[in-house]
Amino acid sequence: MTALLIIVVGVLVVALAVALIVRTRGRGSPPQAPAASPIAEPPTAPPKEPAAPGTSTTPPGIDAAAPAGLRDRLAKTRGVFSALRAGRSRGAIVAGTFDELEEALLRSDVGVATTDALLADLRRRVAAKDIVGPDQLLDALRADLVDLLEIEQRWDAATDVELARSDPNAPSRDDELVEPVGRALCVVDEPGVTNVWLFVGVNGVGKTTTIGKLARQQAAAGRSVLLAAGDTFRAAAAEQLAMWAERSGAEIVRGAEGADPSAIVFDAVQRASARGNDLVLADTAGRLHTKVNLVEELKKIRRVADRPPGKVTEVLLVLDATTGQNGLVQAKEFADAVAVTGVVLTKLDGTAKGGVVVAIQRDLGLPVKLVGLGEGPDDLVVFDPVEFVDALLG
Amino acid sequence: MFDALSDRLERIAGRLRSRGRLSEADLDDALVEIRTALLEADVELGVVRGFTDAVRSQCTGEELSKSLTPGQQVIKVVHEELVRILGGETLKLTYASRPPTVVLLAGLQGSGKTTTSAKLAQWWKQQGRNPLLVGADLQRPAAVEQLRILGAQAGVSVFSEPTDPVSVAQAGVNEARRLGRDVCIIDTAGRLAIDAELMEEVRRVSEVTQPHYTFLVVDAMTGQDAVATAKAFHQTLELDGVIVTKLDGDARGGAALSVKEVVGRPIVFASTGEKLADFDLFHPDRMADRILGMGDVLSLIEQAERTMDHDAVTKSATRMMEGRFTLEDFLEQLQQVRKLGSLGGIMKLLPGMSKEMRQAADQIDDGEISRVEAIVRSMTPTERDDPSLIDGSRRVRIAHGSGTSTQDVNQLLKQFREMQKMMKGMVAGGAMTPGGGPMGKLGALRGAKKSLGALGAVGGGDGEDMAPGLAELFGGTGGPPKPVAASTAAARATSPGSPKGGLTGKKKKKGGRVTPPKGR
Repeated sequence: MTALLIIVVGVLVVALAVALIVRTRGRGSPPQAPAASPIAEPPTAPPKEPAAPGTSTTPPGIDAAAPAGLRDRLAKTRGVFSALRAGRSRGAIVAGTFDELEEALLRSDVGVATTDALLADLRRRVAAKDIVGPDQLLDALRADLVDLLEIEQRWDAATDVELARSDPNAPSRDDELVEPVGRALCVVDEPGVTNVWLFVGVNGVGKTTTIGKLARQQAAAGRSVLLAAGDTFRAAAAEQLAMWAERSGAEIVRGAEGADPSAIVFDAVQRASARGNDLVLADTAGRLHTKVNLVEELKKIRRVADRPPGKVTEVLLVLDATTGQNGLVQAKEFADAVAVTGVVLTKLDGTAKGGVVVAIQRDLGLPVKLVGLGEGPDDLVVFDPVEFVDALLG
Repeated sequence: MFDALSDRLERIAGRLRSRGRLSEADLDDALVEIRTALLEADVELGVVRGFTDAVRSQCTGEELSKSLTPGQQVIKVVHEELVRILGGETLKLTYASRPPTVVLLAGLQGSGKTTTSAKLAQWWKQQGRNPLLVGADLQRPAAVEQLRILGAQAGVSVFSEPTDPVSVAQAGVNEARRLGRDVCIIDTAGRLAIDAELMEEVRRVSEVTQPHYTFLVVDAMTGQDAVATAKAFHQTLELDGVIVTKLDGDARGGAALSVKEVVGRPIVFASTGEKLADFDLFHPDRMADRILGMGDVLSLIEQAERTMDHDAVTKSATRMMEGRFTLEDFLEQLQQVRKLGSLGGIMKLLPGMSKEMRQAADQIDDGEISRVEAIVRSMTPTERDDPSLIDGSRRVRIAHGSGTSTQDVNQLLKQFREMQKMMKGMVAGGAMTPGGGPMGKLGALRGAKKSLGALGAVGGGDGEDMAPGLAELFGGTGGPPKPVAASTAAARATSPGSPKGGLTGKKKKKGGRVTPPKGR
């Protein structure tokens, strides 16, 4: 290990030193470096998902199912399976059928590795005559995808790493957002314990909006909710959350811009504990998973939030459905850093399919728990693998 | 997580090597890898197809350059093609004869429009213009508030009123005219391309304000959907250009390629950080390197320039080249490098790192650095200068002092000696000879190929000389010798893999170095 380290440092030092020298020498030529003008730290972050005020048509409260809504909104059929259909008339899997399935998966951002694995398995089964005919093939793919997205499902136990990503504190699953296994959000009902749900993700995925929606649903479900405006970095993030707090009647704890987010979360937990709030929803500033110091800051927020009476029962990674393969990297880095318990897939009401969550579940065992379907306060529903897969395959 | 295209092609290069020209079958293999790499970089499937077709037609039957392996040859073509598509015609920003020049920003939710507006305003201010920001995002709570704060930071005033987006935009342009501002930047609400109502709204905004430039703001992390979005916005708004945001992450940013290809409008700006100043004109060649996964060296170097102590680095680098690299220098370098972030992360940014090397880099525990540091710090200055002084009892003392064992100390010393040898080898290898020679040489290289090439030259030139040293190094500790050999091979092979103009010439120059260097 040390050997490697020294080599690495050696290579780096040489490379960087040479590069620096070369660049300094080369300064005479037109500078390529961007204008790194010494502007005094204007903290900005790309804006988050906007939300229309009060456009809700569904009744408030928790729509645990809302299946029709999801299907309606997701059903933008692509109609790519022409070869599949052509084969159907002949009852055979024709050349090009697999290509079409591959195309559908790739276009949905499922990713090359996952797509290849899924199709290789199907090809094997077709060759073994376990699958005959295009209808069976499509059904099999559908079933495979749904299986893959089921909680606790492991793609390949031999190659997968330990997937025990469930909450280490093994909280009871008694939430109202009831779903078969583990899709529910964890709340511990113990006296003297304040539940904290932490929301993490890169910039602009919709963390603040998701919290706003969830606050409203949880309040409607009879919980007293306190919001912690832990995004002290982006301009006006706290204002945005405050507007949501107003709409849902939740309390909010906020600090000055640039304040220590951990301190705000700490204050929120203290306040919630003193006032008997059931649940703290903690917002955090959007951060790229590549920024070491910001990820460290996030770890600290989690540590502080987990200090009694606080107890972190959910760490939700908010992921934008338009995100491509980088979503997998994001999920891995955030999961490593703060032990993410689930994914919230936002902006699924657009044309993006969010297929990268298939790869995330397959590689990391992280389940999708909630789905964001629009800008209204109630456009946040429990994830349904069957509907998701239907939409994915068009 | 994903393999760089250069690595992928390197893997199949063994089969491609030592033939006169690329055969059809070779090319098929290569194209499969290119396709996978592009898809993993989030380039849209249709664009990928068009791209691989173009590469095929360019590669077919092409005479192989003597100095490039077939894998490199393909990378060269791919890179050139990427730069060609990403670059293409550029947008020459002109200003309206009757001010203000109106700029409209549109895009999906969370793509970074508000931040980009402020960055643009600041950029124009630096160009000596006098912009006004108009906040027409009345939808997201506190969006205008955010713009006001950002505007204050950029020193640009912000206009908005709580009416409706169309009238705000209209009033904003009038206000800019009244105030005599020459640029008027309109920030709009994020919207989905399939939301007919909101798309109609932005069309009306565009209609009443008659923007001179309409930019689509695209998140670099966007996947396959980028194309659908870009098409829809282009149909509604007649885009003039694209701004790619969040390029400071590790997303490959293939969306940029997709959008450029589909919309046919240039990518004008790139946003690379959370500070207002992290914004600049778009560089097609950097984006091409990035999509190929060749390591974003330029970004790394810029980061290094910002964080590292330049004098200290130059000093130790000079000492290194003169073969007087002491543990003291090593310690200093270690601290400098550490400022850049986790070592594993930095390694990934470097080009020419084989997959094995990357994986190894992943395993580096940054805590290990602290231990190494502790050992060096437990030595006296004299010992650091001349490690050969360190005898048995000194070893015990150092181990005690640093809370490690004598084996650890031994190991470090051994590694360090090997590193010194390696460096001498590199110096002798000709990449860096003492004095002014190497600088001139590298400077000249930079002229042709910029730093990336220069970096590559370091790795490439020393491939042969480095390998034995490294292998010994690993052999001595029972580590896997293969990855290192592979990595150096990859370093050699992929280093010229950033084929820009003048590549062949450079390679020829290097040809003289095939014979073992005299210094060793």
